[in-house]
Amino acid sequence: MVTCLGDLFYPEVGVRIVRLLRRLGVTVDFPAGQTCCGLPLFNSGYHAEAAEVARRTLPLFRDSQHVVVPSGSCAWMVKHEYPGLMKDSPLRAEAERLASRTYELSQFLVSVLGKTRFSSAVAGRVTYHDSCHLRRGLGESESPRTLLRNLQGAEFVELPASDECCGFGGSFAVRLPEVSSSIVDRKLANVEAAGAACLVACDAGCLMQMGGRLRRRNSPIRAMHLAEVLEADVG
Amino acid sequence: MTELTTPFRQRAAAALDDAFLRQALTIATTKFIDLRREAFDEFPEGEALRDRARAIKEATLQRLDHYLGQLIDNIERRGGHVHYADTAADARRIILDIARRTGARLAVKSKSMATEEIELNEALLEAGVTPVETDLGEYIIQLAHEKPSHIIAPAIHKTKGQVAELFAKELKREVAADPEELTRIARVELRDKFLAADLGITGANFAVADTGTVVLVTNEGNGRMVTSLPRVHVAVMGVEKVIPSMSDLVVFLAILAKSATGQKLSSYTTLVQGPRRAGELEGAEEFHLVLLDNGRVKQIGGTLREALACLRCGACLNVCPVYRQIGGHAYGYTYPGPIGILLTAMLHGGEAVTDLAHASSLCGACLDACPVRIDIPRMLIELRNENVEHEVAPRGERLVFRLFARLLTRPRLFRLAASLGRLAQRPFTRGGAIRGLPGLFGEWTRTRDLPPVARQTFTERWASLEREA
Repeated sequence: MVTCLGDLFYPEVGVRIVRLLRRLGVTVDFPAGQTCCGLPLFNSGYHAEAAEVARRTLPLFRDSQHVVVPSGSCAWMVKHEYPGLMKDSPLRAEAERLASRTYELSQFLVSVLGKTRFSSAVAGRVTYHDSCHLRRGLGESESPRTLLRNLQGAEFVELPASDECCGFGGSFAVRLPEVSSSIVDRKLANVEAAGAACLVACDAGCLMQMGGRLRRRNSPIRAMHLAEVLEADVG
Repeated sequence: MTELTTPFRQRAAAALDDAFLRQALTIATTKFIDLRREAFDEFPEGEALRDRARAIKEATLQRLDHYLGQLIDNIERRGGHVHYADTAADARRIILDIARRTGARLAVKSKSMATEEIELNEALLEAGVTPVETDLGEYIIQLAHEKPSHIIAPAIHKTKGQVAELFAKELKREVAADPEELTRIARVELRDKFLAADLGITGANFAVADTGTVVLVTNEGNGRMVTSLPRVHVAVMGVEKVIPSMSDLVVFLAILAKSATGQKLSSYTTLVQGPRRAGELEGAEEFHLVLLDNGRVKQIGGTLREALACLRCGACLNVCPVYRQIGGHAYGYTYPGPIGILLTAMLHGGEAVTDLAHASSLCGACLDACPVRIDIPRMLIELRNENVEHEVAPRGERLVFRLFARLLTRPRLFRLAASLGRLAQRPFTRGGAIRGLPGLFGEWTRTRDLPPVARQTFTERWASLEREA
């Protein structure tokens, strides 16, 4: 599942994931007809509409053994909310089946494939931002860190207050842009304090927020998706 | 600002421009966060007690009538009086009646959000009774003619320099910006008030049904003065704060102060059991408990049920990225922060929070910090959903989201929209980024660059990528 932001704004992330997974011996399919998981609709309270999106999306992945998502929030939507949205629908069992087979990328690499050691596509100091939906929603904070700590050719440093929100929050970022950007400024001050050249996250929304703000400030720090720093499997 | 501006957004933007406010908030909330974390780190049984506390709250709500009945019987048996107020107006009337009957002119108060909720001070003043806040934070904001901006730290928005200025103006002399000195001044000022007051007004953190005990958790000792020195003591408490027994109280006390201030226990835990009895040395001659409904009971079966478990510790405010930026006043109601949005909806209806329900990035830090694990993000989403379904959400917003939903359920239309976006973005794109856009998208580019729609989307690249295999 490539996700709407991944498809439209960060296709290179998707391409890198496909190539990485293939090198790890995974057969990768990309079911046609994908749009968005419906999370923006759900979070803003448009539940009937989000259910409609879920109903359309579910059958696309019927034949997939595992579903890998490059965004913690979208993975959360599928795993956490699809079953509830389908609770009065004949698709409920299918939603539960999809939920149990869906993984955010770092989880898939570490827990399913057991791959934790990669060479780095970037040099220097990298740090990691915990996306709220991945850390609190899916309870996943270790897999991305395992991958980054083991990264060969880069140095991983912890980000102070790494679990504080970046201020994206979907429509929150455009409903309250002033508040949203003061929140991300606090986050970026921590990134600067950590002395990182590269800020890694596992969510396209956070990357759009943090990367967009870094760019606006003409900062040399780069916001990157995990898939952009993982180069090749080294055992 | 554009037509997309709401009153809340304007208040929030004004708060962001207040450097003193932001400095005060950063210092205080960071300290609260660290203290809370340390308190729970050295208390391994805390996690299980949080679950236990929540279970007690749930079980009590199931039989609220029973426990309230028991509480009332036990307080009356000890010679106290219990009043039930359906609304804020009822509560004010009940308290003013007591003041009138007892001829009260001066009331000392300990910190109470319930009395803020019913706007008691204004009503007392109008009736010729002077209310004096005796909690230091409340004393400060009363001098400043302001409202609390935090549930447990009402003057959190003020720096010590601002407090010193305020005291200097009141006392007409120079005052150093030294917290100890400021506290000493307040203590001296308040001592006479305690001795002269006819009426003591408090809130209540808990009321124990099977003993008829009202429990106050405080740090300054003022609560104990308010309950013991004046002739009449009135406690105002939301109906949901009743708990079955003393053994339940132990569970709550073990987590409340840790969540609020990071203390193992607060400095004072005051248990009041009705009026002073023969042979007792202290306590009021007359004791009243005002049980406040004000929209709570109907939520037992409502969307906001979980919010009835709230202990008013303020932990969710301290960790909330939005609260930490804008403080409490910008929310515009008695209860600020994440839980405050839910309580505002409880007291004033869902329409009151059309904007506020969106004053959250849904990051979930509040749920993590809440001692009784109230799923605040979930309820905010529910409130948003109700506002959509009841057509309270703005018409323009509903139109945009429904249009968006249509795109998402029609892949070909979605592709077409992406292609149109690619064309439309051309004049705005420079060096691989979009720096300014009109309308709704301009709210993004106001402060951040936006990546352009890729020359080839992933879907468009898939055919060649598939051949690579």
